Formats: sequence, C-alpha cells, structure tokens
Amino acid sequence: MTDTVRLTVNGRTLAVPTGATVAVALAIAGDACRTSVSGEPRAALCAMGICFECRAVVDGALHQRTCQIVCRDGMEVRTE
Amino acid sequence: MTRSFDIVVVGAGPAGIAAACAAAEHGQRVALLDDNPAPGGQIWRGPRTAHRDAVSRAKERWLHRLQQNAAITSLHGCRVFDVAGDGLLAAEQNGQRVELRYSKLILATGARELFLPFPGWTLPGVYGAGGLQAMVKAGLPVRDQHVVVSGSGPLLLAVAAYLREAGARVAAVCEQASWSRLLRFGASIAPTSRLWQAAGYRWRTRSISFRASCWPVAAHGSKKLEAVTLSNGVRQWTVTCDLLACGFHLVPNTELASLLGCALQQGFVTVDALQQTSIANVFCAGEPTGIGGLELSLAEGEVAGLAAAGAIHAAQTHVPRRDRLRSFAAQLATTFALRPKLRSLPEADTIVCRCEDVPWRTVSQYTGWRTAKLQTRCGMGPCQGRICGSALNFLLEWTPDSVRPPIFPVSIASLAGPTAPAQAERSAIQEN
Repeated sequence: MTDTVRLTVNGRTLAVPTGATVAVALAIAGDACRTSVSGEPRAALCAMGICFECRAVVDGALHQRTCQIVCRDGMEVRTE
Repeated sequence: MTRSFDIVVVGAGPAGIAAACAAAEHGQRVALLDDNPAPGGQIWRGPRTAHRDAVSRAKERWLHRLQQNAAITSLHGCRVFDVAGDGLLAAEQNGQRVELRYSKLILATGARELFLPFPGWTLPGVYGAGGLQAMVKAGLPVRDQHVVVSGSGPLLLAVAAYLREAGARVAAVCEQASWSRLLRFGASIAPTSRLWQAAGYRWRTRSISFRASCWPVAAHGSKKLEAVTLSNGVRQWTVTCDLLACGFHLVPNTELASLLGCALQQGFVTVDALQQTSIANVFCAGEPTGIGGLELSLAEGEVAGLAAAGAIHAAQTHVPRRDRLRSFAAQLATTFALRPKLRSLPEADTIVCRCEDVPWRTVSQYTGWRTAKLQTRCGMGPCQGRICGSALNFLLEWTPDSVRPPIFPVSIASLAGPTAPAQAERSAIQEN
C-alpha cells in the first residue's frame, strides 16, 4: 500500500494521504465543497456526516457527503 | 435484500461496540451498523495516535474484542432511514436498500455537536471542535496553521491537545463556562481518574492560553476564514487565524428513537434500569440517554447488550458502575450549561439554516418550529434541521417537530423499497 492516493478535484490532479476523506482532499485543494442557495462558498462543518455542508459530486454521484467517503486512486470529484 | 439477526445495533461507537460484543458473547447473532466508513464512532475515529492515554487503550481493547467475534456482522457506510415494519429497519448501503430484521434492537446513535449561529460561521475554515479533530484524523494537515478552539465542553481541551500535537499553532482555547463552574466541576471529579485525565490534557496544552467566560462573536474573511472576534462579555478583541474549531458541547441523535416511538424526556431517550426504552424490544445506550462520555457509554452498552441477549443477571452486575458514572453526566450538564447571553449571538442577517440560507431576521419572526419551517423552509434542507433545529432549541426554546421518514436523504430507489423493481418490470411489460 502506498502512502498517498491520487484523485482529481475539479480537473486538477491531487495527491492526498492514504485514508484521507474526500472532504479533506477538497480542503487541501483549497476548494469550497459547494455553493449555497444564496451563493456563498461552503465547506465541511461537522465532519461526521450530519450537516451536509461538504456535499459534492464524487465519480458522477451528486450530493455525496464527502466527509464520509475515503479517497481512492483515480476518483473524480467536482464541487457543486 | 433482507438480512435477519437476533440483535441489530445501530451505531458503532463505544456504546454500540460494547453492546454488540456483550450480546454476541452470549450467543446472539448481531449486526452492528454505522454510517461511518469504520467502527469507533467519533471518539475512537481515525488511526492509532502517538499519544497513549486511557482513551486509546480502551479503543484498542474494544476494537480487538469486536474483531475477534465472528457472531458480529459489521455493516459500515450503512444508514438507517426508515422503519419498514414490525422488527424491520430500512437502511441504505453503497446506494442500495438493505432491510434488517431483528428480534431486539439497540440504539447507540451517539451525539452531534451543537453549533450556534454567529456572523461568519458559514465561512469555510469554521469547523466544529470535534469536526476539526475529525478532519485532522482523516488526513487534513494543520502544521503551522493558526487555530482558535472555542465553544464549550470537556472536548475543547482534548481537541486543543490533539491539534497542537499535529503541529497546529493553537492561539487560544475559549470556554464559555465561567471559572467558578469549572473549578466546582474540577472539585467534583477530584476523587476520580477523570481529574488526572483533565490535568493531563491541560499539561499537554500548557503553552496555550485557556480563557473561561469567553466565546466567539464573529468570524471574518471573504472566501474563507481569516480572523475571529472573541468576547468575554466586557470587551471584544480579534485574533488572526486560519481555522476555528467551535462547538457548544453535544446534542443527542434521537431521530431513529423518535421514529420508533420511544419516549423522550428533555430531549433524551427514556430508559429503564436495563436500558430498555418505552418500546418493547428496543434498547438504547450511550449519549442518546444523556451526555456522559466514554465510560458511561461503554457501561450502558454492556447493560443493553446483555439485557437484550436475555442475560439479565450479567446485565445487573454492570448497573452499579453505570449508575456511578451517570452522576458525571449530571455534572457535565450543569458545568457546561450555555450562558443565556449566547442567545444574542446571531445578528439580523446571520444565516441560521445553512441548507436553505434562512437568516435570523426571518426565522425569529415566528413563534414555533413548525410555522417557521412551513413559511421559510428553515430546517427543510438535507440535514433535516439537525443543525438549525438544535440551535433554535437553545436560541428560542423551540421544541423539535415530530420526526418523519426518511430520517436521512436517500435515493428514490432505496425509498421505493424492495418491490419497486418488480413493479417497474410489470409496468414495462404492460406498456409493451
């Protein structure tokens, strides 16, 4: 097992520690997870699957709570 | 797909793990479900830490006991969203509907942090206290990042110690409770190992300024957090920081208990001496019965697991220890009760409902949760009011509405149930 995995965040390739969640990858990339209904940038708050602020598109699936998903090699993440 | 078990345990934190182990060791076939990708709950989240303390030792002992037991089926990334019938739960795992049949059910759904809205709290970089710790445990690097830890509860010092050891520069720990309350708390835990635990955290954070009667009043930044303004009720000052870890202690996750019809009192699930709820065959253990921390959760989990397995005598042997630990829960509630002044944290344009962006100005016009929901969509987003509902319970003393399924947003396919594919097929045939 290598100690990093590589994924793309909004088209940019990024290496993150093995075991990192997608919410962590988004924070490392410096990208907000989503834009709120009034246009504000939002990112993870609770980091335990409750608040839904960290939701993003993971491998084409919409509205995924990225704090509950562990990064895998080749994963594609887009912010909402 | 329907899977059948003697006992289904919902929540794989300390209470759920203890319940599952105790029941399985008494011959029961147990399913242990959790929404998270791995067992351990919030307190035992993440990889092994360098620092060896009572929490990490208990974690290793219990995770080992869990992994040794072949009678326990662990289902991770699995969340219960509905009651599908008598003794039947509907859950979603990997986007698929799973139905779980049980003879006995143990709810160990844990707690979440209480977040209070203040100007700027929606900025990226503002996390819960446990929230930031969970992010760091999940790989977020914080070396040389400037952090303020604030809010309330014994978690704050533990989080500050953890962040400091991860290389963060913790500018301050700000606890809203007063020194007089904290000292009384210290005196009350003096005869126990908890004082040593607290002293240990304080030693590990000795270089960090600890302020009692202090809380955040505003977070600043354009696209992300840049600074936070703190208050001690007399004066305000602003600290530059990259991250704010802010949580106002914990609130129990009682949605599933409510959906099942379990009686609640003051927001907590009512249980008898053997952790049985008001509903037959449904037990509850850990934070949903009262916020009491790790040791109480383990004790309640053991009582619930043994009682559910029918090992009543064995369950009763854990009762005295559990009852002693419960007095600690009462002390926590008194010590970290929120000061009324925090009710003035939100300003007119502060967003209260983060899912639907409803500001305080709009929400506070209403007299109750139900009308506010209907008129403003407050609490109608994907978190289903778990964040704003808990905040409004404190800010306006609104009691939460009744719980309706699904208690978590799920795909239409999962919601439709196991008959859906067959129906779809039939209608396709009819169209042909």
